[in-house]
Amino acid sequence: MAVLLLAEWDKNGLSPETAKAYSAARLLGLPVDIVLIGETAPMAAAITAARHLPGLRKALIKATNAAPEALKIALKHRLAEPVAALLAKEAPHYSVFMAAATNAGKNIMPRLAGLLGAAQISDIIGVEAADIFRRPIYAGNAVETVRALGAKKIITVRASAFPLPEAAAAPAAAENQACPADLPVPVRFIAEKIDDTDGLPDLGAAKIVVSGGRGFGTAEDFKRLLEPLAHRLNAAIGASRAAVDAGFTGNDRQIGQTGRIVSPQLYFAIGLSGAAQHLAGMMESRVIVAINKDAEAPIFQVADYGLVGDLFEILPELTEKLPHFKE
Amino acid sequence: MKIIVGVKRVVDYNVKVRLKEKAGQWALDLDHLKMSMNPFDETALEEALRLKEQGAASEIIAVSVGAAAAQDILRHALALGADRAVLAETDEELEPINIARVLAALIRAEGAELALLGKQAIDDDSSQTGQMLAAILGWPQISFVSSVQAAGSAEGEWQAERETDTGAQRLAFHLPAVITADLRLNEPRYASLPNIMKARKKPIEHKSVRELAPDLPRQTELLGVAPPPARQAGVKLADAAELAEKLRAAKLL
Repeated sequence: MAVLLLAEWDKNGLSPETAKAYSAARLLGLPVDIVLIGETAPMAAAITAARHLPGLRKALIKATNAAPEALKIALKHRLAEPVAALLAKEAPHYSVFMAAATNAGKNIMPRLAGLLGAAQISDIIGVEAADIFRRPIYAGNAVETVRALGAKKIITVRASAFPLPEAAAAPAAAENQACPADLPVPVRFIAEKIDDTDGLPDLGAAKIVVSGGRGFGTAEDFKRLLEPLAHRLNAAIGASRAAVDAGFTGNDRQIGQTGRIVSPQLYFAIGLSGAAQHLAGMMESRVIVAINKDAEAPIFQVADYGLVGDLFEILPELTEKLPHFKE
Repeated sequence: MKIIVGVKRVVDYNVKVRLKEKAGQWALDLDHLKMSMNPFDETALEEALRLKEQGAASEIIAVSVGAAAAQDILRHALALGADRAVLAETDEELEPINIARVLAALIRAEGAELALLGKQAIDDDSSQTGQMLAAILGWPQISFVSSVQAAGSAEGEWQAERETDTGAQRLAFHLPAVITADLRLNEPRYASLPNIMKARKKPIEHKSVRELAPDLPRQTELLGVAPPPARQAGVKLADAAELAEKLRAAKLL
């Protein structure tokens, strides 16, 4: 049968996580369709990008333009109940349902699996066959290889483990449909708070990540010392759980086993010790730089470049000496 | 109003799990490791206890689906303040979909209206059971929750804030519902020594997994485990200037 990939998108286009999950989906060797849910006007850039995914069979567009208001809002904010129900309606046509293991993917896909009575394989980092996958366990201290036996397979993809696909020259077919109106909306959306990244890239998209730990001491110093470096490098800002718990920055920046997983070209681990749970979130970075005053900090065991010293002295100097990085 | 709290016995979060090689095969080295209640489940249980203290719930039932050894964490749940503890016993490694089926059967039998689970178990890192449970029950799910406000009345609206990749969402819902807890939801209490002693004498109810949910087909097969790709230690540099130089030379910037 075929694979259906759930798209995440915004007015600028398809999310990089979805594009990378598409690279994973292709490895199964089955036809792949992508489904986009929302109002067609804001979705236009995403639809174009989706149709240019190389080798895509078709883009399914579930338009919510005429949907009842409560449903339209619920789908816009990716609430699990209506999205999972919508995907479940597609069950007769697909044997595999996939999504990037983002917050939304992790919320929606297991509900779909529950509706279909299917098992789910979460956070895959490799595809060995159409039914064999590799995934991390125990905070990435081990990798398990699992075979999916069920008729319906639900899979979420650790996007950071897969490449961005090259756009195809010609667009694949699109199938426009009105979103079904009978989807359940038991949860009411009240508000969404989106943290301001001040023009810096999102952790999922950035080539460079600068990440801070408790070594900064205060929220003010975290901001004061890390932000100029981030702006210089056009980097995303990340943090250890200790830094987030201490209130230095928002929880959406937490990198680790239970937070965001990233694999940028360059990862700066500053003032953070490198606990196993943090390493789980950034071990696949191409190059790791560690700056810490404790020479015994575990982070130095995985860093390609280590600098033992006081971050309060090092960061301003480093910010000044590094060239301005533009992609 | 009854709350069911799902608790799982896992390798303690401070322990670094290693693999051992035997006859050319890798296996997880789990012998003699310290085991504890999954940290997210501690958070879920703490929230249940607070809801009871606020008067929003009447009874908290801690449930574990697993081997007899899980009794130690169920005792810990009783010591923390759960009213009852139930072990749905099985020696099989059940997939989350099957754990969810067992929990659903228990929830229906008890007439519970709220299920509180941790957002993920730190051993398999799957983050599935709560969401699957909600689907099987046909209940709303509020996952990765960082705050919960109970309704003012029995028919009233509950609210919760859940974490997203870019911030947080505020949502409203009615019971019955499934909530999965993020660590930020609360700071779990410690069990006092007198309560730990008292819990030793409390009964743990035993249920048979197959009686609760006879149909638990296996849908995945573990083919093997392996260590992750090794990362080599790198070089130590003298100062910021040298670091900048090295990064430039490596064409990383």
